Amino acid sequence: MMFRLPINELDGFFAKIAAGRRLYLPVDQNDGTSAFAEWSEGTKMSENLNTLRSAKSFFFPQVTNLCDFNVKDKEIEVIDNRADSEDFAVFGVRGCDARAFTILDKVFLVDPIDSYYATRREHGVIITLACTMPEEHCFCNVFGIDATSPEGDVTTWKTDSYLYLNANTEKGEAFIAGIKDILEECAADEVEAQRAKTKEIMAKLPFANVSTEYFEKNTLLDIFNSEKWEKLSEACIACGTCTFVCPTCQCYDIKDFDTGHGVKRYRTWDSCMYADFTKMAAANSRNSQMQRFRQRFMHKLVYFPDNNNGEFGCVGCGRCLTRCPISMNIVKVIKTFGEE
Amino acid sequence: MQEVIDTAKRLLSDGTVNRVAGWKAGEFPYDVTPAVFTTVEEIDNGFIYNDFCAPNLSKYLIKESHKEGKILVFLKPCDTYSFNQLLKEHRILRENVYIVGVPCTGKVDIGTVRAMGIKGITDMESDGENVTIHTLYGDKVVPKTETLGDKCRTCKSKKHVIYDELIGEDGEVNNDGARFELVEKLEKMTPDERFEFWRGELSKCIRCNACRNVCPACSCENCVFDNPGSGIQQRAATDSFEENMFHLIRSFHVAGRCTDCGECTRVCPQNIPLHLINRKYIKDINVFYGEYQAGEDVMSRAPLNAYTFTDCEPGIVYERGGNE
Amino acid sequence: MQVNGEFRPLIVAFCCNWCSYAGADLAGTNRLNYPADVKIIRVPCSCRVNPMFVLRAFQRGADGVILCGCHPGDCHYTSGNYFTRRRMTLLFSMLDYFGIEKERTRVEWVSAAEGAKFAKTMNEFVEAVTKLGENKRLEDLRCKK
Repeated sequence: MMFRLPINELDGFFAKIAAGRRLYLPVDQNDGTSAFAEWSEGTKMSENLNTLRSAKSFFFPQVTNLCDFNVKDKEIEVIDNRADSEDFAVFGVRGCDARAFTILDKVFLVDPIDSYYATRREHGVIITLACTMPEEHCFCNVFGIDATSPEGDVTTWKTDSYLYLNANTEKGEAFIAGIKDILEECAADEVEAQRAKTKEIMAKLPFANVSTEYFEKNTLLDIFNSEKWEKLSEACIACGTCTFVCPTCQCYDIKDFDTGHGVKRYRTWDSCMYADFTKMAAANSRNSQMQRFRQRFMHKLVYFPDNNNGEFGCVGCGRCLTRCPISMNIVKVIKTFGEE
Repeated sequence: MQEVIDTAKRLLSDGTVNRVAGWKAGEFPYDVTPAVFTTVEEIDNGFIYNDFCAPNLSKYLIKESHKEGKILVFLKPCDTYSFNQLLKEHRILRENVYIVGVPCTGKVDIGTVRAMGIKGITDMESDGENVTIHTLYGDKVVPKTETLGDKCRTCKSKKHVIYDELIGEDGEVNNDGARFELVEKLEKMTPDERFEFWRGELSKCIRCNACRNVCPACSCENCVFDNPGSGIQQRAATDSFEENMFHLIRSFHVAGRCTDCGECTRVCPQNIPLHLINRKYIKDINVFYGEYQAGEDVMSRAPLNAYTFTDCEPGIVYERGGNE
Repeated sequence: MQVNGEFRPLIVAFCCNWCSYAGADLAGTNRLNYPADVKIIRVPCSCRVNPMFVLRAFQRGADGVILCGCHPGDCHYTSGNYFTRRRMTLLFSMLDYFGIEKERTRVEWVSAAEGAKFAKTMNEFVEAVTKLGENKRLEDLRCKK
């Protein structure tokens, strides 16, 4: 059922959400980019298409303190320092990031369930916002994502005069029920018109027709052994930028930090692009940058789909396209292989 | 630039070199990737040199110059300083490299263009004066000077300090000091303001290591931040201390060796103005120990590898004051 | 650190083995007082102190860091302290640039014969750091108790 509220009451809408839980939304930064930040009175929402970093940090933060240890003589005390999680809502998530959550779920919410991730997921409401001005680096349609009607607990559409809302999940229905007094029921005409218009633009995007067919048709070993990886990875400087801005990259490392009076065990994002990634006592299992580069794309385009009914591990947000220092990215990889 | 492509083909065909390091066209005119070309066909199919070829190729030569045969590399004026510095540190085999100096009038930075609020950029052309930007939502013409990245806006030199062959006329070193303007602005702030400024910038750091990995001065085989035995390999933007420490130590490690090529700021995915840290060291070295430009030559001693009996005392930092 | 409701700074003093550490010894044998807040770490030469040591000291709870070495010209290894001088000048200037109180860091040259200078330097430094209060700008919250 579609609801709406006048666009000039947006601040009141935010205030109402923020009254019951923390509310995060994209805000402008001083360099023309945007980032998710907590809403407070007077916070202005960014008009940018997307945030520089993805929304995955809400459920899978860059650093999570897992537990603490106190060492006293021969006794080791394990301290679970998890505070009771607070409810929160994230507004303005785009279709690509919303799909990324379902991909992350397939990693963290299968047995053994990652309780840190699961708790955050339970406490968070995702309110997505439909795209109206896609950019040249967008290619979410390649992975079957409809950015004009994104997933999430609640989907919203912003037009010149109204904000339209529609609940997709039970959590979303409960959320809408909680703020119903400022909403009015309505028809979906304006939303449909907006979607049609956006879709027209999307059909004209430079990557609208990128095909992943090659990765569906060829075997894992053929792709793995391809000579193309050498050339593709040649300029890679092995920074982890692509993995850190990626909404679906989920590799992490667990480390201990000696505080001088105890130990903090924490989890931190790691990157398969690094030479010390999955380093064991003997050495690293992938000892050239080509192998590490290949690993990242094989994971997204071959290994993940093989284990998840053909679903790719990429959502086409285009962040790696805009952030890579040497402009090598997943689209170039897909296209190079598709060229045959 | 046709002359650059012709030179590459000539030197490859006549056997002077067996590989060419240059820039490869991408999906858009502005997303160029450094690449090594081995045949004339490969050059025909993607080699470009235009106003978007910002990546500095000198660091790739550490690896490339140790391979079989001679490699041709195209270096812009600022890149030649990085090359010289690496040569000085014995990281590059000079005899395996053939350098062609290419002229540069500043490179357009896509991040700067995006920060202007221009969205959906599908194409860009530069005629040297103006940049025409084609987007999904209409076209725009912007003066090229406004589209330059941080590294080019205050260009330190248009002179090639090392080359075997030069395309076009060589330029001049720019000594107007404009590149220190922002450093001076920061120095004039109060310590509280400076602290706030750097906290704001460095708290954005995601420790992706792009600045370190692209830096021609960061050429250690095994970085201290990758060494599990160093005790500082935390790789996590866990605490304000870690963020400060990483950038303080990284910049200190390249102090006196940093040629101010500006690659760190160009590649930072979080748009942190990292060059302002390095430029502070350069400025301090100039003031305390005399003008020094890293990479200008291959013989002089780096300022932190040298001393004089009459150097200023560390206490000079308190005396300078004036910004309380 | 709060002691009986009063702030006492934690000072780390890196002292070179040949001059300053002996200077500290002399201060002791001459029964010259300096605050117990100063924790001395002996290093073979002031040049051994890498900027990481200074930062690590702050991370682990120091409120001030002081380096003591032989007077320029007197280095046991001929030139170590000349390098220290350049390095620390640049490091302290950078800390100041980051907005970290410059009074928290200092370099003093103390010879083996200058017990009195050692005690005086430490007294002054402790006083200066006490005035600044706790180190908040280079602290590591994980290391706090």
